[in-house]
Amino acid sequence: MKIAESWLREWVDPDLTTEELGHQLTMLGHEVDGIEFEGAGIEEVVIAEVVECGKHPDADKLSVCKVSDGSGELIDIVCGAPNVRQGMKTPLAKPGVKLPNGMKLRKAKIRGVVSNGMLCSAVEIGLGDESDGIMELPADAEVGKPLIEYLNLPDTIFDLDLTPNRGDCFSVLGIARDVSALTGATLKEAAVHPVAASIDAAHPVELVEPAACPRFAGRVIRGIDPTAKSPVWMVEHLRRAGLRGISPVVDVTNFVMLELGQPLHAYDAALLAGPIRPRLATTGEKVTLLDEKEVELRDDTVIITDDSGPIGIAGIMGGLSTAVTDETTDVFFEAAFWPQDFMAGRARNYGMHTDASLRFERGVDPEGQGRAVERATELLLDIAGGEAGPLDVQTAEEHLPKRDSIVLRKSRLAHLLGLKIDDAEVTRILESLQLKVSKTDAGWSVVPPSHRFDMQYEVDLIEEVARIHGYDSIPETTLAAQSPLETVTESRIDMERAAATLIGRDYQEIVTYSFIDPEANRRFTGIESELVLSNPISSELSVMRASLWPGMVAAAAANMARQQDRVRFFEASRSYHGTLGAHEEVVRLAGLATGPVAPEQWGCKAQNVDFFDIKADVEAVLALAGDSTDIEFAATEHAALQPGQAAEIRRGDDVIGIVGRLHPSLAKDYDLKKSVYVFELDADKALASKAPSIEPVSKFPAIRRDIAVVVDDKISAAELIEAVAGVAPELIRDVRIFDIYKGERIEAGRKSVAIGLILQETSRTLTDDDADTAMAAAIAKLEDKFAAELRD
Amino acid sequence: MTSLSDILSQAASEIDAATDLAALDAVRVSYLGKKGQITARLKTLGSLPAEERSAAGQEINKAKQEVQASLNARREALETAALEARLAADAVDVTLPGRGTSIGGYHPVTRAMLRIEKIFKNAGFGVRSGPEIEDDFHNFTALNIPENHPARAMHDTFYFPGGNLLRTHTSPVQIRSIVEEGVPIKIIAPGRVYRCDSDQTHTPMFHQVEGLVIDEHISFAHLKAVLHQFVEAYFERKAELRFRPSYFPFTEPSAEVDVSWSEGKWLEILGCGMVHPNVLESAGVDSEKYTGYAFGIGIERLAMLRYGVTDLRTFFENDLRFLQQFR
Repeated sequence: MKIAESWLREWVDPDLTTEELGHQLTMLGHEVDGIEFEGAGIEEVVIAEVVECGKHPDADKLSVCKVSDGSGELIDIVCGAPNVRQGMKTPLAKPGVKLPNGMKLRKAKIRGVVSNGMLCSAVEIGLGDESDGIMELPADAEVGKPLIEYLNLPDTIFDLDLTPNRGDCFSVLGIARDVSALTGATLKEAAVHPVAASIDAAHPVELVEPAACPRFAGRVIRGIDPTAKSPVWMVEHLRRAGLRGISPVVDVTNFVMLELGQPLHAYDAALLAGPIRPRLATTGEKVTLLDEKEVELRDDTVIITDDSGPIGIAGIMGGLSTAVTDETTDVFFEAAFWPQDFMAGRARNYGMHTDASLRFERGVDPEGQGRAVERATELLLDIAGGEAGPLDVQTAEEHLPKRDSIVLRKSRLAHLLGLKIDDAEVTRILESLQLKVSKTDAGWSVVPPSHRFDMQYEVDLIEEVARIHGYDSIPETTLAAQSPLETVTESRIDMERAAATLIGRDYQEIVTYSFIDPEANRRFTGIESELVLSNPISSELSVMRASLWPGMVAAAAANMARQQDRVRFFEASRSYHGTLGAHEEVVRLAGLATGPVAPEQWGCKAQNVDFFDIKADVEAVLALAGDSTDIEFAATEHAALQPGQAAEIRRGDDVIGIVGRLHPSLAKDYDLKKSVYVFELDADKALASKAPSIEPVSKFPAIRRDIAVVVDDKISAAELIEAVAGVAPELIRDVRIFDIYKGERIEAGRKSVAIGLILQETSRTLTDDDADTAMAAAIAKLEDKFAAELRD
Repeated sequence: MTSLSDILSQAASEIDAATDLAALDAVRVSYLGKKGQITARLKTLGSLPAEERSAAGQEINKAKQEVQASLNARREALETAALEARLAADAVDVTLPGRGTSIGGYHPVTRAMLRIEKIFKNAGFGVRSGPEIEDDFHNFTALNIPENHPARAMHDTFYFPGGNLLRTHTSPVQIRSIVEEGVPIKIIAPGRVYRCDSDQTHTPMFHQVEGLVIDEHISFAHLKAVLHQFVEAYFERKAELRFRPSYFPFTEPSAEVDVSWSEGKWLEILGCGMVHPNVLESAGVDSEKYTGYAFGIGIERLAMLRYGVTDLRTFFENDLRFLQQFR
């Protein structure tokens, strides 16, 4: 909310500089988000009158004017504004004057005609964000007078970030109350004067649904001058709060809302048909609003009706059919109390957000309606004349919010804040906030004022005391208590350690969005996700990812497009599975490698990453978990992977991950020219571990024996190793494949596999005979099971 | 016949002239070999009269030893030179870069998160996590944000059909952890959070760390102390903190915390407060007996301040040239 310092000081005028006042507002919890200084740098701009105005001989869009600045001599000025005309009062900047936008004025010739200054638009003198011509001042503006004097400038505009609990602060009065409480400066509430009725005109109001409208203040004002204009002080007050002047009736309602926080509506009394009845809408009813849009109503919405049907949505916007126009002479003011329960979220349901709805949603003072109408009446009569009927306040007392007393205990106050505050100071603070305070043995019993919706619990009072006393006064106390020690588990490997392993192998961590493009999700997983957002930022970010690969591949592609030739990424984060009703979040550790195995360097042949490079990285991570004998890589098929280069990683019956080469058609779609390898692990399963349980180390020497066998190409390395290791498990400590050969001297469709066996006993030295026996068994097994031929 | 002394001086000059081990060996053979000159002299001893033999023999042996000593000295010199030459040939350019692979690094958000975790773990905080796809109860209702509360509108929530949502803050983990573990409790909960908002200063996904401490005697003074210590631990410098009244439905009193390193310049870094009694009660905790504090820290915000990152969106562009600076 924008609030001008000058307006605030009309209500409370503490002995603070502008800067101090801004700081105090922030420390009250009304954070000053921005400060604008208005009228600075336009001290030399004066009010002028256009005495003559004619066409420029050589330019259609320019006017040649003679302007009076009160000095007696007329000034020649060429003006490009479309609205310049004879008799107009407007700001003038003469040569030598420097404007806030940096422009310095000089005598000039514009298309051959002398111009000795400039008539200014609001934008040019920093008094507006837009303009459609030079600034028009009222006819009563005194020619020659400095503009800032006439407009009561300079001024400072605070842009306050109000918290949602303080609906009572959406007004000058509200902020002034808080400033008064903090500083002790007097609050000048007397600015509102009741206006006696001079006629007995009234418009009937029936509270047919009192829960939705427990109070409705109305007043008829007849015979206003429809040609009257709002005075400059009012338009300036509105402008500095961010509103434009429109007409006296509308300006008065806006002014009162800004000043007192109570939104008002003005009807053209002549257009009302029968009694006003606020009620809940029935579904499908329609009303055309002031912005000329027709709205189909929901049945949770309070509307205002007369005999013609709906004539406005309560607390959001009035209807077009009964709106005031520039011909209106009879006005009916409405100031109603619409309870928060009937307002919350309603405007948003219609895609609307108005100054009125903002205030009602956060709560307005249920006692403020009559006062607001009085204030509006006073202002309108001043500006546009007319005769006021009596103020008519309809109230359904039983539906107004009840204010119960709240107990504040001394002990609780000190306990929660960690600070003992003097009783007298607490009483002073509570009273300064207009609470009714009674002292009790244990503390205080208070009744909050009607405008404080946020006070319900003891803790609300504790906050208020702390806020006004100052958070700064609360000490810092270090908690001395011993915390219970937590287990450091060995049942799983920390993600931090797994990540460090990948980092050590030259993987860079990335963070990608959890929501992705549904098509990418489908292509990478082969699954149509149900977890689709109702209100995504865009369709590319609309479905919860079932894999980390789409984001990772896109990130790799973006980097390759930026001339990176080697990309190695990992991400440790979640993927999302299942249905809307029963979803599952799985922590993944995913990686990608493309380009050369190592960075370009001397003395090494550049070689691109292949399946076994990335498999080694995966194995390194899996090795962290200790015993990896039960882990197997099995050929598989996967939507995102190239057939024949995809493996499922299993531990026992559990699938713990997948690794392979990105399908070339996917790579092509992402414009990835080099082959891309990816892996994805289910972190909970892949990083499951246990504390090592140690076997004694053999003191006896090991024997190594190598054999080479020719087998069918389809026999996997894993099958060969398993078969060999099985022949003498107590003897064979390790089986390793150290060469694979295909080609010359080997029959097509077969391969030569060189296998090394490490044999060792824990209780004795092995003899050659032992080794020979084991080797013979191994060879026999291979011959028998795989039709292997022994090579020499 | 050449005199022995001539042979010796000739041998000496030939030994000196030998520039490699082969040449030196040839010299040895020509003097001391089977047919060498000195060996030949020894063979002549038998033809000498018996009384001269002993003296002549001694003389020849002496000459032989002299030659052998010269040969040895020369051999050693040549070997040393050869070794030096070989080592010189083996010299490398030590300024050439090392071979092999380089190392990667953590994403700056993780880097900041790990540091934050470590700071709090050292003070006895446990680390917890919770679901990102949340229900309305845990994200709002249990946190004292009932339906239609104006604070909901400010959360820009992503919804799923059926009413579940992407958590807008890490605060739901408060509720889940209290219900699961009971009180007293002293935890942090880092993780991803989501808001339906995307512009220069907002990304639809970002990271928070929630902090929660509940016990029988917790006060706002404890909150002030822990956050002040945290900020100084994280930034590794003395800092001034300003606690400014604010509003969060789930804490009361609530505060936003600004930090300053230079006079009068405040940077907002986090939100905090005393856990609202309604929150305690909705998690089944006796709010008369227990009090607590909670805070929420934006990790990107802290990473930006720490590392001089000026555009939030950079964190999610995953540009290697940016990321590699965090190795």
